[in-house]
Amino acid sequence: MSEILSVTDLTISFDGFKAIDNLSFSVDRDELRVVIGPNGAGKTTLLDMICGKSKPTHGSIRFKDLELSNMVEYQITRAGVGRKFQTPSIYQDLTVFENLEISSPEHRGLFGSLFFKHDRKTIERIESVAEAVSLQGELHSPAGTMSHGQKQWLEIGLLLMQDPDLMLLDEPVAGMSARERALTAELLKGIAKGRSLVVIEHDMVFVKMIAKKISVLHQGRLLAEGSMDQVQNDERVIEVYLGS
Amino acid sequence: MTAARQARVRPSLRHTLVDILERFGVLILAVLLLLVIPFTFDMFRLGLAAKYLCFAFPAVGIVLIWGYAGILSLGQGMFFGLGSYMMAMFLKLEAAANPDSSSGTALAAFFGAAGLPDFMVWNSVEKLPIWWEPFHHVWIMIPAVVILPAFLAFVLGYVNFRNRVSGVYFTIVTLSIAAIMAIVIIGQQGYTGGINGITDFKTFLGLNLDTDQAKIVMYYITVLLLLLAVLAGRFIIRSRMGRVLVAIRDQEDRARFSGYDSAMFKAFIFSVGAMFASVGGALFTIQVGLASPSLVGIVPSIEMVIYAAVGGRVSLIGAVYGAFLVNAAKTFFSENFVEYWTYFIGALYVFVVMFLPAGLAGILKKLRGSDSRRAGSKTESN
Repeated sequence: MSEILSVTDLTISFDGFKAIDNLSFSVDRDELRVVIGPNGAGKTTLLDMICGKSKPTHGSIRFKDLELSNMVEYQITRAGVGRKFQTPSIYQDLTVFENLEISSPEHRGLFGSLFFKHDRKTIERIESVAEAVSLQGELHSPAGTMSHGQKQWLEIGLLLMQDPDLMLLDEPVAGMSARERALTAELLKGIAKGRSLVVIEHDMVFVKMIAKKISVLHQGRLLAEGSMDQVQNDERVIEVYLGS
Repeated sequence: MTAARQARVRPSLRHTLVDILERFGVLILAVLLLLVIPFTFDMFRLGLAAKYLCFAFPAVGIVLIWGYAGILSLGQGMFFGLGSYMMAMFLKLEAAANPDSSSGTALAAFFGAAGLPDFMVWNSVEKLPIWWEPFHHVWIMIPAVVILPAFLAFVLGYVNFRNRVSGVYFTIVTLSIAAIMAIVIIGQQGYTGGINGITDFKTFLGLNLDTDQAKIVMYYITVLLLLLAVLAGRFIIRSRMGRVLVAIRDQEDRARFSGYDSAMFKAFIFSVGAMFASVGGALFTIQVGLASPSLVGIVPSIEMVIYAAVGGRVSLIGAVYGAFLVNAAKTFFSENFVEYWTYFIGALYVFVVMFLPAGLAGILKKLRGSDSRRAGSKTESN
């Protein structure tokens, strides 16, 4: 399998503190990768650098044929990287429909957006995405009034509208009930068909549901990588993370 | 429409009235401005109305940039001033070319400085500065009024937004530039007329501006351009761009990660607001016969924000009423209690922020009662 994302010698330093320290890491096409690690391991910072929210101090981030470390957020998004944040980041004042519509990838330029009229095809796409994230009944409710779990799903829906080749999900089940977690696990497995996913998660039950390959970060470095069993039996991992 | 449905469920007179006001807001405004005011006001009051409406232009722009895009500019006076001064330069050069137009130009001609604006003569400026030269031509002046402030605003906005200068920091930038512009105008008396501004012009392309006919024509031009600005604003708000702007206002990070160049959108809407302000400034100067630094600096810029706040910061039509009413109140107050005006406008602002956060447009909404519309946000109200 070929690599879709390859991070080499990546370092980011905040006033001398290296949140990510010389990290190399890669993700294959169509892979679902879970990243775990104790608090402060640099998981979120890693995603921030991939999607352009933070600029690395040095190192390279290759995505397909592009060097992402030289690009800004909207260019990275247009290249096919989608990012979901830890706290749901949606447009509270717009309806679910408008949230999804705004995320559809056509006409994101200045004049395109001024003269854009959504056609039947876009509406159908919005409806099918809403169904995928179980929000088909909420299309015209304001996004701000929904439950926390629904907001999480809506944000995943926003990414689905963009149809990215690589999705970065930061704790997608935080604050969800057990039932919602199980539904989300199914959802992610479905989404993972035909694209790559990087998921940060703390909840080991959820990780077991979705993970094939796990990367463990610790103090900005890659500590271990492998299947659930390999990682769980790795002594260094047990020491810093699971054993605690 | 939710409003229509609700009116059918509870067809009370009040609801029907509010419904009509909301649906036909632009039409009602057009009838008021095009028919009611010209046929009921005398010439003096019509002149005042025209002046108030000039201030509605920056207010409509502020609804777009503040209400929809969330950018608070306390420097719209600089764009109003740019339009105003460009128009004044053209009118002044026309007056200077015609020695019979006023005593000042006649005297200037007597001193051998024919063609030079009178205030330059008093300030011993002997040659017309090179940046005045293009304003001999109306076909340069009018496009310059429309394009130049928009262009400057775009550059100013893009550079700042691109470097993530936003929120209160951008507000301070606009405030400072407006203050600097007023100071420069006052300081460079020989080139700008200084604290007195530029005044004493009587004709536009040879037409006498003092006749009733000219005043009525100018009033109608002002109203038509204002309605055009409101409709253009409405077109933007109702397009996908309107939703993108709200998205950027509420969640800029997410908008960037939805693939939007948010700096570009914010700079664009900021330049649209600047263009409106500049056109208002030019119309002000041709009708009031004055370009003055007192319309450029911080105080007038803040007043313009208050017009929009009083009207309701997400209501384009509200901004017109806001500008009109606040200015009418200003005329009334400064005729009767000159020294209290600034206190009054301060109190008005506090009152609106505390009790009417959605301005006049918010009253309409309250009258209709709560419904499924989203509160005080994207929803366009009249």
